Amino acid sequence: MSTNKVIHALYNDDDILMDAVKKVKGAHHHIEEVFTPFPVHGLDKALGLAPTRLAITAFFYGITGTAMATWLTWYTMISDWPQDIGGKPSFSWAENMPAFVPILFELTVFFAAHLMVITFYMRSRIWPFKEAENPDPRTTDDHFLMEIPVHDNEDELKNLLEATGAVEIKVVDKH
Amino acid sequence: MSSHYESSYREPLILGEKSYHDITEDIARPIEGKANKNWYIAFYIALAAMLWGFGCIFYTVGTGIGVWGLSKNIGWAWDITNFVWWVGIGHAGTLISAVLLLFRQKWRMAINRSAEAMTIFAVFQAGLFPIIHMGRPWNGYWVLPIPNQFGSLWVNFNSPLLWDVFAISTYLSVSLVFWWTGLLPDFATIRDRAVKPFQKKIYALLSFGWSGRAKDWQRFEEVSLVLAGLATPLVLSVHTIVSMDFATSVNPGWHSTIFPPYFVAGAIFSGFAMVQTLLGIMRKVTNMEDYITRLHVEYMNIVIILTGGIVAVAYATEFFIAWYTGSPYENYTYLSFGAEAGAYGWAFWSLMIFNIIIPQFLWFKSIRRSFIWSFLISIAINIGMWFERFDIIAIVLSKGQLPSTWWRFEPTFVDVGIFIGTIGFFFVLFLLYARTFPVIPTAEIKTILKSSGANYKKQRDENNEH
Repeated sequence: MSTNKVIHALYNDDDILMDAVKKVKGAHHHIEEVFTPFPVHGLDKALGLAPTRLAITAFFYGITGTAMATWLTWYTMISDWPQDIGGKPSFSWAENMPAFVPILFELTVFFAAHLMVITFYMRSRIWPFKEAENPDPRTTDDHFLMEIPVHDNEDELKNLLEATGAVEIKVVDKH
Repeated sequence: MSSHYESSYREPLILGEKSYHDITEDIARPIEGKANKNWYIAFYIALAAMLWGFGCIFYTVGTGIGVWGLSKNIGWAWDITNFVWWVGIGHAGTLISAVLLLFRQKWRMAINRSAEAMTIFAVFQAGLFPIIHMGRPWNGYWVLPIPNQFGSLWVNFNSPLLWDVFAISTYLSVSLVFWWTGLLPDFATIRDRAVKPFQKKIYALLSFGWSGRAKDWQRFEEVSLVLAGLATPLVLSVHTIVSMDFATSVNPGWHSTIFPPYFVAGAIFSGFAMVQTLLGIMRKVTNMEDYITRLHVEYMNIVIILTGGIVAVAYATEFFIAWYTGSPYENYTYLSFGAEAGAYGWAFWSLMIFNIIIPQFLWFKSIRRSFIWSFLISIAINIGMWFERFDIIAIVLSKGQLPSTWWRFEPTFVDVGIFIGTIGFFFVLFLLYARTFPVIPTAEIKTILKSSGANYKKQRDENNEH
């Protein structure tokens, strides 16, 4: 099966990698994945990755937090056991709301931050005891790896990648 | 190269001839090498202090809060001073990692990892004090709004002390997550370099299997940005709420509307001083001189002058307003002629000298750019900011509205012991961190190498690329 074969092209500079990505894309090849040791500015656009929607999820998680805090302060302070604390009776949530602003704010931030990070970990599949999936240990140091699937065009791809300045090209069987 | 252009007038942020690989080597060295003698000496001193403090905590819990120097008039003094001091120190870490990220200040990258570590370790220390002060810490969960055995008695959401519980725990947990998410790629770097199997296992676990895909980095950057946006108001809210512990009371000297901004500025002031203290030592012992440069020290000193100036204006305002009211009660507040001439005059003058006068030396560029002077001034500010909280609490409480309640607070050895213990605990954590964590964000600092690295800047100058 040739469909399981991929080419791993390694680069040792982010600028050369960016040019290479553009060239490989220009030659209408599919780039399966790029592993880099640090965020390369503009790489996601060059690869044609859709923008991430994590910020939008954070907004909705934040609203959930505000709603939770509203319910919590209303239920505990107004509904379940209203008390007159320091001459400030618990009349209604709206009238007592100023004292709850810190709680509303903190829970909004708490929900938005933690749920967004958990979503990020789930989407990027990172969690404790997860095995790393970068094919070459140098990609967390100073090398950049481009993974391209091979479809009976191994030599053509190799020549193209060599011309883009790859320092190492390997054909790997991916399972 | 042109995409990495930065004006040649800007000083480089990374010195020396560095490549991406050199950065990895430099940051991994303290983790992979052996600790030197100085590290062990510092560690054992800190450990001894920590154990002494733990002993004092056990004594307090076992015997009761009566072993502290408190009375019916001064219900909290040394402990709440330490609490506010530690929380304040924490603020610089979030300011550096969040606010400076939003302002695109690239120099933060050399110091943000350690500053955030400092935040987390400082908030640990802060959190200890309210829990010990409960006297029965095993009942600590009573501060949480959970259904309980008392019918439906809930916590009081009108109380600033409960706001503190929510603010501090949100702050600690969000800071921790922010820090750890930033650490994942750097742990992965250490993991992929590790030769010892045990070390590899540990860092594989810590790195959560980070692989560095293009999509991961895209999400990583977005998450960092949004977390910074959330952490910025969070850090301001935390010390605002801490100040409300005082400002919402009706004590003269505490009942003050300028407390929130004044406390926040003071927190950043003291936090940056602590960052200066810690990094002054750390850049030497971990050989990070090429990354934490004079320029970084100068930038931090500029923040110190600014926030110190805000604090000075706040003191002047408080002093003037206390005098201007003509109220005799105001003459017993911590910033008044009464305080200056009273039994706590020495504490009043310590505050003025350490917090207002000494930092003014930073106006001189040669002092601002000097490692040793910055270090010494930062220690003075740490002391001064401790006295600020001590003055606010002990001086105000020592003179109640009835002269028959006047009482002078004297700390016992237990008060002092617990404080020393938290300093020891803090340094134990920080020293362990400096040996096991990448102390500089490895991945992030690589992104500015081509724009702000000394050799790249020199190369551009020689090629006349402007």
